[in-house]
Amino acid sequence: MLGLSVDRLRADMNRLLALLFHQGVLDEQFLQLQQLQDESSPNFVSEVVNIYFHESEKLLRNLRGLLVDKEFSDYKKMGIHLNQFMGSSSSIGAQRVRNVCVAFRAASEQNNRAGCLRALELLEYEYCYLKNKLHELFQIEQQRILAAGVRYPQQQQPNNP
Amino acid sequence: MAINGVFSRFKMLDKNEGVNNLSPFTDSHEVHVLAVDDSLVDRKVIERLLKITSCKVTAVESGRRALQILGFDEEKTSVGFDGFKVDLIITDYFMPGMTGYELLKKIKGSSNFREIPVVIMSSENVLARIDRCLEEGAEDFIVKPVKLSDVRRLKSYMFGENRIHTKDREFNKRKIDVSLSPSSDEVMSNQSSPSISPRSFSSSPTSHSTTFLDSHIRRLKTSNHD
Repeated sequence: MLGLSVDRLRADMNRLLALLFHQGVLDEQFLQLQQLQDESSPNFVSEVVNIYFHESEKLLRNLRGLLVDKEFSDYKKMGIHLNQFMGSSSSIGAQRVRNVCVAFRAASEQNNRAGCLRALELLEYEYCYLKNKLHELFQIEQQRILAAGVRYPQQQQPNNP
Repeated sequence: MAINGVFSRFKMLDKNEGVNNLSPFTDSHEVHVLAVDDSLVDRKVIERLLKITSCKVTAVESGRRALQILGFDEEKTSVGFDGFKVDLIITDYFMPGMTGYELLKKIKGSSNFREIPVVIMSSENVLARIDRCLEEGAEDFIVKPVKLSDVRRLKSYMFGENRIHTKDREFNKRKIDVSLSPSSDEVMSNQSSPSISPRSFSSSPTSHSTTFLDSHIRRLKTSNHD
């Protein structure tokens, strides 16, 4: 039974990944990160992604802090935050988040505060979606590892189903 | 005889301005890369990419820190400074404080350090920026996100057996067919072969065609000074 569970979990993971790729939420850079994970660095992807979450939330707070100020005019500073957000998003393969940053930056370059506010809303939405999905992915992965760990002793007992 | 041999090697060290161009890629020496990037995410990724290609990595978050760790501001010659030696600097372009471009200029403007190859990374594929960096002496320019293939290729042509990093650069020097250069496995084992000083190594890869279509790297500069 546990054997089935491992396969089912792997299928769930693949299905979720396929969906995220199909939606353009993730791109091939995420696959590249997975390739960098091995026995010597078994948690590489989740480590990098967690750093990304931490940095991103800081950046989002900064962006919102800048924009809520009605007298806001420091578009240059906003551009710096956006460049950082764009860079780290592209480094982990967060394609949709990155694309919103590009649009956000365009509004910023036009000193378009209303446009920036709209872009920020969208950015926060996309980021939330990404975070939820990646958490889901990591959860399935964890379950799969646990299930696989329990499975192997059973394989040594040939009479077990 | 052995003692004489050792002594003269040290003498050779004295004469060279940049310690790194002795290329001691013997068994005991891994390629040591100094990675500079203000983004922690990117530092983690580049560090892993380099480690997986068997490089030793030191990752720092700013140009200032990079210069500090190199011993840049100290009034020592590279001979006297026994500590920190790097074979390659790879830096992000856009950084607060000192940009990668400014770091590049500082490195190339220093007699002690200008032998160290510098590679620039940027998320933007801006031709003017690429040209500017290459003109200032950057070895290469990688568009982010950096991939394993980028790092492998870099390591292969810079530190592999077909290593062609010399002071006398030729036009199109960099365009080498990947299939003709050693794979990363071969590169690792080749590091134990006798070291070849970059100065004495002459390159002639002009017959090879480029296959680096996915890296957006352009090399436009003609022969360098010297």
